[in-house]
Amino acid sequence: MVDISLIAMATGFVLILIGLYGALTNGNLLRMIVAFTVADAGVNLVLVSVGYMRGRTAPILDSAVPAAEAVARIIDPVPQALVLTAIVIGLGVTALMLAYAYRLYEAKGTLDIAKFSELKW
Amino acid sequence: MIKRVIALTLLAGLGLLFLGLLLDYRPDTDLNLSARYYAERTAPDLGAANIVTAIVVTYRGLDTLGEVTVLFLSATIVGLVLALGRRRGQAPAGLAPVGELLTTGSRMLTPLILLLGAYVFVNGHLTPGGGFQGGAILASGILLLLLADPLRHFSHGLISAVESLAGVFYVAIGLAGLVWAGGFLDNRILPLGDLGALFSAGAIPVIYSLIGLKVGAEFASMLASLAETEEL
Repeated sequence: MVDISLIAMATGFVLILIGLYGALTNGNLLRMIVAFTVADAGVNLVLVSVGYMRGRTAPILDSAVPAAEAVARIIDPVPQALVLTAIVIGLGVTALMLAYAYRLYEAKGTLDIAKFSELKW
Repeated sequence: MIKRVIALTLLAGLGLLFLGLLLDYRPDTDLNLSARYYAERTAPDLGAANIVTAIVVTYRGLDTLGEVTVLFLSATIVGLVLALGRRRGQAPAGLAPVGELLTTGSRMLTPLILLLGAYVFVNGHLTPGGGFQGGAILASGILLLLLADPLRHFSHGLISAVESLAGVFYVAIGLAGLVWAGGFLDNRILPLGDLGALFSAGAIPVIYSLIGLKVGAEFASMLASLAETEEL
């Protein structure tokens, strides 16, 4: 019986690899940005899966999880808080990449990274 | 072709590393020390039902202030980068009409989406959700308006006023914590109330509502900046 957190973690790792492969092999800037967001989702999935514990519930106290039993009933809240931060920052990074891609397209009329050869050695 | 082989080799190495991590991974059966502290102390110390919110807004509140600042910076840079050399007044060619369904649907749904966003960030200390999620929902209402009318103009002045005021009050509440409670961003400047009530957890709902408004305004400004490129 495979643990569900292992499945989630493996999926996250695979998503990271897919995203990096896409970013490394695609020449189109927009495709690279999409690939980075896929890798980003993978990282978040791995982080969340680290905090998961079998048979426990979300770190929210209510009638089902009274404060006195919280230690035995909830999963680790720290990775969730971290991923909340990571998702928001990921969105900011994606918006920045899109803005720069737009400016580059305006400057050269193309999104092909091979055409931007000024910094190439 | 050679590029693809190099990329695949690199990724194979990374994949091996990941495989090693995955095979060695043993899920915890008990909370670790810091998680145990948060689980035990959140209810008596801060009075927040949602422990993730307590961590994000109070225990690690300084990080969240930094995070909101990063978001503000990226929204500003998006606006700056896209505004450079913008030409005005050209009607875009070949923009397809949006259609009756989208127009009517957006009129009906936008107020409900904004209401849901406000609900999510006001209840951030009780239910899953909070300022960031609520702010994103608010911005999705703006996105729907933009889909229905891609050339609609949003007042950047209003957006930045909401954004700045929320930021100023956020820092002011943090400083108030320094004076009247245990430290910067301490939520105990207001009464803690009963666990699970809407008006509880001290300043957490106030701070998270401000974060919600700020994040909503930042996302809206990014969306508006990106949408205005349609005019070129």
